[in-house]
Amino acid sequence: MQASNQDLKSTPLVVEHPVECEAPNDQVAKESLIGSNIKYAVVGVLFGIVFVKAEIISWYRIQEMFRLHSFHMYGVIGTAVVVGMISVWAIKKFKIKTMQKETVVFHDKQFHWGNVIGAGMFGLGWAITGACPGPLFAQIGSGFLVVVVTLISAIAGTWVYGLLRERLPH
Amino acid sequence: MIEIIQKPWPWYVAGALIGLTVPALLLLGNKHFGISSSLRHICAACVPAKIPFFQYDWKKEVWNLFFVGGVLLGGFVAMQFLSNPEPIVVAEQTIQELQALNIATDNELMPASLFSFESLFSLKGLVFFVVGGFLVGFGTRYAGGCTSGHAIMGLSTLQWPSLVATCCFMAGGFAMVHLVFPWLLRVL
Repeated sequence: MQASNQDLKSTPLVVEHPVECEAPNDQVAKESLIGSNIKYAVVGVLFGIVFVKAEIISWYRIQEMFRLHSFHMYGVIGTAVVVGMISVWAIKKFKIKTMQKETVVFHDKQFHWGNVIGAGMFGLGWAITGACPGPLFAQIGSGFLVVVVTLISAIAGTWVYGLLRERLPH
Repeated sequence: MIEIIQKPWPWYVAGALIGLTVPALLLLGNKHFGISSSLRHICAACVPAKIPFFQYDWKKEVWNLFFVGGVLLGGFVAMQFLSNPEPIVVAEQTIQELQALNIATDNELMPASLFSFESLFSLKGLVFFVVGGFLVGFGTRYAGGCTSGHAIMGLSTLQWPSLVATCCFMAGGFAMVHLVFPWLLRVL
């Protein structure tokens, strides 16, 4: 009995996800490629519509934000954070389970210098391109096909980070 | 009804809907909101090149690629069927400041003078698409997330490193617009 308990402890039940991935998949139940994942595509579609309809994908809105000429983007991000906070609080407080009846898993983030240096670099790129990674996809969908070049470059940037990772301060 | 949908949506509607993505993904299947991870998964799937950072089972994270595929499709749907027939309204002061940088405000979501294939093959295009995109991709991964992973998901779960990252996102943006742009757009 003792031994089998030990065995259970040494084989973690949590699905392994990549280090520092900010969007880890914590579901234990098995997933099918299309059947399980189609619902995330549906959420994505709704999300993309919101991006276009609130003009968050607009280069001008990002310029207005960084020039402090409009409250719009601050309002969007602020409201999203407040709604997110209340939701997370409610999930923890009322122990709301996932659709698969699993306990929702949260992760603590560890500070490293990338949170300063990398974030600053992203900020520079954000102001140039007028897009964070999400809006990049929505911009392409909404017909600004030249943004495909930005996306490919962003993928290249991610790849180069992976290559240089060990040599960068963290 | 359709007229209300066609108008640009106010910030509190958009903000609330974006905020609701956090519990939606958590409750649909224990997934954490974060978009820049998709770029990493694409690297892992297409060009892992034996780099340890890309040696993981990306198929387990494939939901993220379905999600961004949906975002792309959502952009298409909104533009095709729900788009605003009126020209975009930009703050007067922003229009003036952009004009001073030789960027004309047109009626679309993005300035066509910059975001077109014609400008791609110029120095301007190189900076705006290639350098800009590279900074977005490299920066978000180095920072461990973007506006969705840090600013929204991270702050929602009260992670202080995410607060640091969010402040640095903003600092970088302010620096680009106020310190680099005036110089950069004169050179290009």
